[in-house]
Amino acid sequence: MNAAAPHSPRTLVTGVIGSDTHIVGNRILSMALEKAGYKVVTLGALTPAAAFVKSAVETAADGIMISSLYGQGELDCRGFRELCIEAGLADILIYVGGNLVVGKQPWGEVEHRFLDMGFDRAFPPGTRTDEIITALDRDFKARADATRSPGTAKP
Amino acid sequence: MSAALLIDFGSTYTKLRAVDLGRARLIGTGQGPSTVATDITVGLKAALQDLEQRIGELPAFRHRLASSSAGGGLRMVTVGLVRELTAEAARQAALGAGARLVGTFAYEITGADTKKLTELAPDIILLAGGTDGGNRDVLIANARTLAGSSLQCPIIVAGNRVAADDVQAILDGAGKPVMVTENVMPEFGELNIEPAREAIRQVFIDRIVHAKGIDRALEMFDQVLMPTPAAVLEGARLLAEGCRGHDGLGPLLVVDVGGATTDIHSVCSGEPTQAGAVRRGLPEPHVKRTVEGDLGMRHNATSILEAAGIEAIAADAGLSAARLATLVQRAHEEIEWLPQSSEEHAVDHALARAAVRLAVRRHAGTTETVYTVTGPVSVQRGKDLGDVGSVIGTGGALAYSTKPGEILAMALADPKEPLSLRPANARLLLDREYLLYACGLLAAVEPKAALTLALQHIRPLGQEEQHGQSSIL
Repeated sequence: MNAAAPHSPRTLVTGVIGSDTHIVGNRILSMALEKAGYKVVTLGALTPAAAFVKSAVETAADGIMISSLYGQGELDCRGFRELCIEAGLADILIYVGGNLVVGKQPWGEVEHRFLDMGFDRAFPPGTRTDEIITALDRDFKARADATRSPGTAKP
Repeated sequence: MSAALLIDFGSTYTKLRAVDLGRARLIGTGQGPSTVATDITVGLKAALQDLEQRIGELPAFRHRLASSSAGGGLRMVTVGLVRELTAEAARQAALGAGARLVGTFAYEITGADTKKLTELAPDIILLAGGTDGGNRDVLIANARTLAGSSLQCPIIVAGNRVAADDVQAILDGAGKPVMVTENVMPEFGELNIEPAREAIRQVFIDRIVHAKGIDRALEMFDQVLMPTPAAVLEGARLLAEGCRGHDGLGPLLVVDVGGATTDIHSVCSGEPTQAGAVRRGLPEPHVKRTVEGDLGMRHNATSILEAAGIEAIAADAGLSAARLATLVQRAHEEIEWLPQSSEEHAVDHALARAAVRLAVRRHAGTTETVYTVTGPVSVQRGKDLGDVGSVIGTGGALAYSTKPGEILAMALADPKEPLSLRPANARLLLDREYLLYACGLLAAVEPKAALTLALQHIRPLGQEEQHGQSSIL
């Protein structure tokens, strides 16, 4: 996104999607991301899907980090990638994490479901912030390498 | 006696208010036609003669300040990126600067948009888009489009700081008058409209006053300071906040019912008055102005019927819907029409009540209950006007009404609309002598006199209705 200013920090939008008020985990994540050198746009609790996308457009964000703790995440996140494509953010990195579904379901299945929905990564409850930052660094590096040598890197 | 002359070059009339600065009292008023289309001095001379007839020989005025809404007002177009974000922030800046907003655009301007924009013939374009360090492509693309257009009006750039140099170069290169100021939204969700407002005012003084031919009368007064709606807003701000060492009235709302529009100004934080409510959406300006282009007592009388529903207004006026429609059509066609019969007075009264109710409802924020797993949460959008202590009426429809209290009361909270956050326990005041704009102008040079003037003449309605018109005239 920020092609003209490659040295500036990458921008990430964070928030808790839908009618969910559980803000603590998302706030811890936002602080950790800032500490890791990212510019963080925090939308907080009770954030509609469209608000994530609109703020990402305005701030030219490089990634969107969605939290959901109340079990309705699957419903709230449905069509999120399509919303991004519609807004001209087809390639934006999107992560989701938290208690994403109702009841006890094997994590592998849940993760698969979210990756199918177009999320780049999904994280189960109890994920440490370091893990997320490592994944982000890796994904951004892979993208940067892909743009530097087009044709050689597989998507 | 030390005196000031405050001039309003309006779209229909040239209005004067002469003020005794020592006593902070109105000396007298004068009125002439608006002659900005031909020679502005003609209307001003007529107004001065009118004033002289009323008060005798004119004193030597220490200040002669003017505001203007003549020549169609300050016509502005705003451009932003996301409609709810920078495009909305740009709108707020233009409205707060007293502009008449004739068009708003978001995202990239298309060929059709450019055509429309050119036809709108704005006096100023406010170009925003992107937070600082955020999206720069759309702002630059829009600058290129404007550079390639036939538009010659000044362009104020208040977008992504990182793109500002490029945007300036593009517009400069095309010979467009351009002025760069701070971003209206430097960070996501942060509203920064004061620098853009100031830039608009500066361009208004430097260029628009000349372009509209107002400076032809310059030897007859000192300076045009701002567009008239901005003067009213400054008056409202002064009255609410007071000035050094002198308290104002606190949070307030100004309701201005005019012939073409109904303007609402609020000076208050708008923070939730309900404990535990969560605010959503863009932060709201402390001093906020909204303009309802479909709610005007004459030019837009028929659209008041459409907006409020003809049956509701007919019931309020005690007339049949058909009879009401006929009378309103006449008000719409003859903009100088003044009500004569009791039936006609009832129509004007009901129209004004509907305009105030709708305009304040649109200005005020809303609350809704969202049910979460942790229980219900109140979500507030817009400004909560619950702690507004004073509602001030201004404009002809209120000043000439025999029952202004009944009109102004429509601004207050209605138990039937609990989700609309309107003033709950406000007292009603009336600016019968149309002094708010004059106080706003005077505040620039003598804030204490301006505040005292407003406090002395803008009176609580109950009191005024008891004692009759309490003016020194």
